[in-house]
Amino acid sequence: MGEELKVIVFALGNEEYGIEVDKVRTIERLSPITRVPKTAAFIKGVINLRGVVVPVIDLRGRFNLSETVPTENSRIIVVAVADLEVGFIVDSANDVIDIDSDTIDLPPEIVGGIKAKYLRGIAKLGEGRLLIMLNLSEVLNKNEIIQLEQLEV
Amino acid sequence: MDMNAYLSMFIDESNDHLQSLNENLLRLESEPEELSIVQSIFRSAHTLKGMSATMGFEDLAALTHEMENVLDLVRNSKLKMDHFIFDTLFKGLDALESMVQDIVGGGSGKADVTQIVASLQIILKSDYSASKAAEAAPVSAAAAVSTDSAGAMLLDEYQSSILLQSIEGGLQVFHLQVTIRDNCLLKAVRAYMVFEVLERSGEVIKSDPSVQDIEQEKFDFSFSVFMISNVSLEDLQTQILNISEIDAVVITALDTESLAVLNRAPAAAAAEAVSVPAQELKAAPALVQEASPSKAKAGGAAPAAANVSRTIRVDIERLDTLMNLFSEMLIDRVRLEQLASEIKRPDLTETVEHMARVSSDLQSIVLKLRMVPVDSVFNRFPRMIRDLAKSLDKKIDLIITGADTELDRTVIDEIGDPLVHLLRNSVDHGLETVEERIAAGKPDTGKIYLRAYHSGNHVFIEVEEDGRGINREKVLKTAIKNGVVTEEQAGKLTSDEINMLIFAAGFSTADKISDISGRGVGLDVVKSKITSLGGNVTVDSVFGRGSRFSVQLPLTLSIISAMLIKLGSEKFAIPLSSIVETGIIRKEQILNVHGNRMIEFRNSIIPLVSLSKVLDSPDYNENDEQETEIVVVRKGDKWAAVMVDEFIGQSEIVLKTLGKYLTNIEAISGATILGDGYVALIIDPNALIK
Repeated sequence: MGEELKVIVFALGNEEYGIEVDKVRTIERLSPITRVPKTAAFIKGVINLRGVVVPVIDLRGRFNLSETVPTENSRIIVVAVADLEVGFIVDSANDVIDIDSDTIDLPPEIVGGIKAKYLRGIAKLGEGRLLIMLNLSEVLNKNEIIQLEQLEV
Repeated sequence: MDMNAYLSMFIDESNDHLQSLNENLLRLESEPEELSIVQSIFRSAHTLKGMSATMGFEDLAALTHEMENVLDLVRNSKLKMDHFIFDTLFKGLDALESMVQDIVGGGSGKADVTQIVASLQIILKSDYSASKAAEAAPVSAAAAVSTDSAGAMLLDEYQSSILLQSIEGGLQVFHLQVTIRDNCLLKAVRAYMVFEVLERSGEVIKSDPSVQDIEQEKFDFSFSVFMISNVSLEDLQTQILNISEIDAVVITALDTESLAVLNRAPAAAAAEAVSVPAQELKAAPALVQEASPSKAKAGGAAPAAANVSRTIRVDIERLDTLMNLFSEMLIDRVRLEQLASEIKRPDLTETVEHMARVSSDLQSIVLKLRMVPVDSVFNRFPRMIRDLAKSLDKKIDLIITGADTELDRTVIDEIGDPLVHLLRNSVDHGLETVEERIAAGKPDTGKIYLRAYHSGNHVFIEVEEDGRGINREKVLKTAIKNGVVTEEQAGKLTSDEINMLIFAAGFSTADKISDISGRGVGLDVVKSKITSLGGNVTVDSVFGRGSRFSVQLPLTLSIISAMLIKLGSEKFAIPLSSIVETGIIRKEQILNVHGNRMIEFRNSIIPLVSLSKVLDSPDYNENDEQETEIVVVRKGDKWAAVMVDEFIGQSEIVLKTLGKYLTNIEAISGATILGDGYVALIIDPNALIK
């Protein structure tokens, strides 16, 4: 038996992803986003989160998945990693589960088009359900964004 | 009583009083004849003493008490302020401050103040001998005795030798001044009751008027007694005050010293004492207690009556909570407004509109609550500069402007130390000594300007001095010697870059290492501290004429006035401070100069900037319009006209950062949250002017 982890489960397309609950500050419904010019395409802009301006990125765009129109189920998951506070737009967020850290396997090279370095591992939940655990510090890695921006220019 | 509940209040108020003591002493130093300042100093000291005694900080109370004694003499024009007195009082203040700091840090506020107390007593005594025994009260105890004995009451040799022997034998000798209420009908009876108490507690050596006279009512409403007591001063006092119709009793413990004083200066003390007004009795350093406070004589020491501003103190966390709660309410307000517009019931709409107005007022107040004038940092500098000037033997005028500039509390808390460093640096390295200044043809008094002002999205704090300026050659040499730059690099540096070398770590050009600065730490610490606050520090300098350090600080949470504008569906804010004016131009007014669009504005040709292009506006293009609104912005002496879609209006906005994830966005300096809860970006006009 490994450590028990509490994980927020959210969906992007058909895949289920997990973020440790202690990294998540809040989950919000989609609110109006103010566009910030001259930023990477997946940076959707900023929102007002109870008086704090928080940048929001589209996780689909971040992983080079095709972006979709937000639906009623779309949520913004605001995570706090180190001194960064960023919101992720996800298709839905609907569960909190406990998983055993022993059930997390190292990720294969490519999962659903997402590079392995963004992933912490894959947790098997039984009944063939897989949960992709994100490596938040890589997802929020700013150096890479700068490189991306340079590529776009 | 649980004192902890009052501790934070005590600390806050003590700091206030110390600050006002500091300020007033400084003022007094420049206008020593102004006795009204002494009055307010005295009041602060008196209140401080009372508070610390109540809280049980004995050392604090004792030191304040001694300072108060000196001030009392000054207040009554019995003592002239001189440098020694000022210095001693300032030293006392410093000691008080460190004691209060100790209390803040959870300590007991104890400190060894004997030296300062001794100097204060020297002042009291030297005054005495200097003025040939003309004054009352050299030593605290004796002060009370001589001022209080309203009548030439002298001890004959026999009596004083008894007292002296008693003191030497370890007995307590008290001097009492008893005042009976002036509407008392049977004062002899009251006096008799007092004597009864006294006889029970010890032995009366001498009374004035004599016991016989008192018994025959041959006295005014007060009499005084010397006695040897076997009960404590406090007990005695309580017992006497328990007798009805006793107005006040002043008891002073005597020691050999005060007895000697009494014997040496009899006549003068007596004469002086008669003229002492009544209220001074209460301020006098003896233990005074009012039997009937309602009858306090007019003009009696009313501590802290002055400078009571109508403020309360609030924990900053509560303000944060208030702000967050309010932001949430704003979002609900918008929702309510939507619902009201759907339901279309006039009275609902009316109520919601009213709520919207109230909440926007509330918003601005809530936001302003966190702003603190920089004065709260600046106010300790005059004193610091004064001390530095003294220790370095320089003459310095500190000129502070813009102390009312408001900054967020969090920034205020952090900038104190860097500014202290900069000021010390200016005093020590910047300003020359008096001789050097005269030799250089400058006025002997150096000037240091400390300025604060808002500009764009920043607050600038400048420290400028008219001293020797930066010697770039010397800076370069030192930089090369200390390995900050190589000789090769040095050749390519611009003069500004050379100036910035003084901020490099491990750099110091001072020939001598002084206490004030010049240990090679300082400016680099200043720079890293300010950078960590998200600010910047620069220096301008003309060799021989002086230097100016300019600290640029972000207004993380400050409020600025801004013009809100629209570009299609998007709203932006432009800081009002960089707007020159607004206007409308027609398409045919646009000139093409060398491929750049320009317009004529107030007899000069200025560039025309398309904001929609700079910001990649998705749904607005000014080329479709015949007439375009423009905002003329300025950066230094350069101007530019910025084309916008529509003006919304002027508004006070709160600056927020975009967070650490989004940094260095072109032409955007931050964001603000509008009244409707939406985020609007703030345009950095400096980026629009090339």
